Amino acid sequence: MATVIFTQHLARFLDCPNQPVCAGSLGAALDEACRVNPNLRAYVLDEQGHLRRHVAVFIDGRPVRDRRALSDLVAPDSTVHVLQALSGG
Amino acid sequence: MAQRAWVGTRKGLFELIDQGNGWSLQTVHFLGDPVSAVVVDGNDGTVYCALNLGHFGSKLHRLDPGLRTWQEVACPAFPEKPIDSDDPLEWAVQQIWILESDPLGPGGSLWAGTLPGGLFRSIDRGSSWQLVSSLWDRPERREWAGGGYDVPGIHSICIHPSQPERILVGVSCGGVWVSDDGAGTWRLSAQGMRASYLPPPEALNQNAQDPHRIVGCRADPKTFWCQHHDGIWRSNDGGATWQGLDGISPSSFGFAVAVHPADPDVAWFVPAQSDQCRVPVNAAFVVNCTRDGGRTFTPVSAGLPSEPSYDLVYRHALDVDGEGQKLLVGATSGRLWASNNSGLGWQPVPIQFPPIYTVRIA
Repeated sequence: MATVIFTQHLARFLDCPNQPVCAGSLGAALDEACRVNPNLRAYVLDEQGHLRRHVAVFIDGRPVRDRRALSDLVAPDSTVHVLQALSGG
Repeated sequence: MAQRAWVGTRKGLFELIDQGNGWSLQTVHFLGDPVSAVVVDGNDGTVYCALNLGHFGSKLHRLDPGLRTWQEVACPAFPEKPIDSDDPLEWAVQQIWILESDPLGPGGSLWAGTLPGGLFRSIDRGSSWQLVSSLWDRPERREWAGGGYDVPGIHSICIHPSQPERILVGVSCGGVWVSDDGAGTWRLSAQGMRASYLPPPEALNQNAQDPHRIVGCRADPKTFWCQHHDGIWRSNDGGATWQGLDGISPSSFGFAVAVHPADPDVAWFVPAQSDQCRVPVNAAFVVNCTRDGGRTFTPVSAGLPSEPSYDLVYRHALDVDGEGQKLLVGATSGRLWASNNSGLGWQPVPIQFPPIYTVRIA
């Protein structure tokens, strides 16, 4: 299983424990990870399903490229970090 | 009887209380988080607070009467943008710019105006929201421009005090829009406004006007006051037509306006030097007041800084209470001043706040 790790910055606002997810697209991984809390999705994605402008996501240490369709590939042993971008502080 | 006020700032929501001897700090909510709008439902005392989290987007929280714990409720959100849409705007709420509740209640609607310029309505106290598509789908909306922000936004929602189906909204920059049927249909209603900073053909275009803030008089719902990018306007006919006021000293530029709830001829403004120089004229911070419907204005400095001051007041940072006696005005410097005599004199509130975005007297 891959793992999605949410920044502790988010824990100020809501529960967001690390989540095991299936391999596939980043969009599918985030969908699965956000099921833990119904409010979590809106903190990471906007209403069009795009990554929020000041949220940074890394897959295995590399920043994702497709921030709109979320098509970057998550491998079975990937680690996905969902972080706050420094630009939004 | 104690009065309460809510000061929304760059770094939290500050709850103040006045028990007859001036405003003091009661509680700090959401410390560290930017607050973009606050409203208190006058029918049941529910408080709604909109946050604009730098990383994680707009959020809305509700404080129910008698409780001390906020509950996160739904945030207004646009529907999915059609894949073939040629609208250059992102259909994503950047910020809730204004919240208002129906004056007739309980059970009335809660309204939100956003950046970009969406008008949203909730009929279940913020648990869900619907975009007012009758306004969003108007072809003129595509011509709205940014004013204060990169995208256009709705900053003023005025609901008729006894006929809540009559609604007036102000858009920067998109003029004034009025509905007489509960937001079913809309008409552009900025006749008389002028934008002299635009090329001549556009200067009188109603859809290009930049009203910074519009407020209505509770006792005389036909009267509206507008602090516009190009000066001060008044309407005596429910927003159908607008009359500009000339010769206002020290300046007619500014952002905020408040109107006396019982006297449509009394209104307050906070002048700045000009569009190009958004600081008090001659570094003298004053609150400008008319008590004769705009024929004359009196700049009041009593109790306001006597030293050179460069405070600017944003459009939602001036408010008057339901009696027309107490006012609060907050500045981007984080300074807050109070009046308890209808703006004849002021006193500083002895708290150094973060930059103040919005002020509400409950």
